[in-house]
Amino acid sequence: MNARRWRRRLTSGGMTGLVALLSFLAVLALVLILGDLVVRGASSLDWSFFTKNPVPAGESGGGVANAIVGTAIIVGLAGLIGLPIGIGTGLYLAEYGSGRLGWVVRFVADVLNGTPSIVVGIFAWTWLVKPMGHFSALAGSVALAVLMVPMLARTTEEIVRLVPHSLREAALALGYPRWRTSLRVIARTALAGIVTGCLVGVARVAGETAPLLFTALGNLNFSTSVLHPMQTLSLQIYVYATGPFDEWHRLAWAAALVLMGLVLLLSLAARWAIRQRHGAAR
Amino acid sequence: MTTVPMEPVAAPEPRWRALRGSNLADRLYRGALTALALLLPLLLLALVSELAVSAWPAIRRFGLSFVWTSVWDPVAGIFGAAPMIFGTLASSLLALVIAVPLALGVAIYLTEFAPKWLRQPVAFLVELLAAIPSVVYGLWGIFVLIPFLRTVVVPPLRAALGWTPFLSGVFYGNSLLAGSVILAIMIVPYIAAVSREVLLAVPVSQREAALGMGATRWEAVWTAVVPYGRAGLIGAVILGLGRALGETMAVTMLIGNRHDIGLSVLQPAYTMAAAIANEFSEATTDLYLSALFEVGLILFVVTVVVNAMARLLIWRVARGTAVGSRAL
Repeated sequence: MNARRWRRRLTSGGMTGLVALLSFLAVLALVLILGDLVVRGASSLDWSFFTKNPVPAGESGGGVANAIVGTAIIVGLAGLIGLPIGIGTGLYLAEYGSGRLGWVVRFVADVLNGTPSIVVGIFAWTWLVKPMGHFSALAGSVALAVLMVPMLARTTEEIVRLVPHSLREAALALGYPRWRTSLRVIARTALAGIVTGCLVGVARVAGETAPLLFTALGNLNFSTSVLHPMQTLSLQIYVYATGPFDEWHRLAWAAALVLMGLVLLLSLAARWAIRQRHGAAR
Repeated sequence: MTTVPMEPVAAPEPRWRALRGSNLADRLYRGALTALALLLPLLLLALVSELAVSAWPAIRRFGLSFVWTSVWDPVAGIFGAAPMIFGTLASSLLALVIAVPLALGVAIYLTEFAPKWLRQPVAFLVELLAAIPSVVYGLWGIFVLIPFLRTVVVPPLRAALGWTPFLSGVFYGNSLLAGSVILAIMIVPYIAAVSREVLLAVPVSQREAALGMGATRWEAVWTAVVPYGRAGLIGAVILGLGRALGETMAVTMLIGNRHDIGLSVLQPAYTMAAAIANEFSEATTDLYLSALFEVGLILFVVTVVVNAMARLLIWRVARGTAVGSRAL
């Protein structure tokens, strides 16, 4: 009897230790990846890295100024297209989404959320690149927007639903029409959360590569025209990492560090915005 | 406060209309939102039809043999996608084998055992894994993971199990194993986040009842909490599978990209997503392009089915909490 009790206790303790160890391993993976990025990338971050364009293969030096600007333009444009649609869809789901159409939209959003980004890439190619006859940053932005919308719709819905019902009732009782109640009271109360959703959405697509391969394509030169191919950090990393030159590998690590920093910054900003909301609620 | 002049109420109509939501502005607002929301289903339809139309020449030409023949010869115009379908399934399943225990461990630790102050930070750090761009995983995989596998993992593995067909051949680095390991790391945060929400949705009374019967803490978790959330946990795993199937960049950079079906995890393989990423821009003939679209269509349909299955399972357990949508 006693032995059995000990065995059960030992199992319990052992399994507790095991799941703790597994959690440690998962965090360790993150630390290792971020650590390697800093160790291998930080030394290449100098002035010319941020201000120069790539130099021909084999030469050393050069930077990724075109990719940084390109990332900003493509992701910014994707946000301009995707954020209003995503937020609008989310508001619809929260306000009017109890019927059959709401169910359909919600389910489609969840399904599209898991769509492989490469499939969205070739879709954007057939829709925009093929008819236009050439690759363009705009097509890349549309592809990224397509990835952003379903996620944003669901986050917005969830956050808007958290707004207490009494607020809506109070506004309606004061004679506010529904649209004003929705925009001025409900959406505004949920604003911090919606902003968080937007930041997370932008962060997720900022690092995407696959949908840009056949749309934005990449560009060795500095370009700000959205109707022409444009370089992004992610595309640059892909080309440099899979290329044969040590110099390229060095730049790939540096570019990865910059991209990771950008994504982390957006994620942390999102977290900060959530904090603000919780702070305001109290 | 100002006094409201008590004139006879001339038009109570507008207010009632406002409450019922039937005045013009309200209808416009609702219409605009509905139009935006309709974009998503339309997008899905457009996506499916566009893929199907583009893939049609290949579908008509090869029929079902596209799925189980393995000759991929763009010059001769013969396309069979069996190797990449196999590679996609093999890498995803292998990734699940690695990721599921890890992710479930994280979820169980964070909901049941970890000290309160540790839960939020660790959950945040694990979810950060999902924020790392795929291409960065690929870069890290090429320069850190593959050397690590080559020097530390593969030699002892091979010494122990080298006689099995799963570990035969020379290990150059880019391989099914490397692709699967990176996939595993990438899907851990998704599975862990959803599992955690599922476990959090299990009523406290389940735990209390088990503990009250004299179960140890682990027994309470394993016999009362995990079985209660089983459907949701399976949903979480399937969701992870959906992610793994469609993952492109990191896998393309690590799996070796060879049209071949082999049992050895040390050999290069191919996935559907990787094939599209690699070959789409060099597809010179219409048939070649169409074959790649068919690959895309298959990939899309498979991930849609897998995701729909996962969602239904998760919704069943945690309806109303919108589980997963925050993390995903």
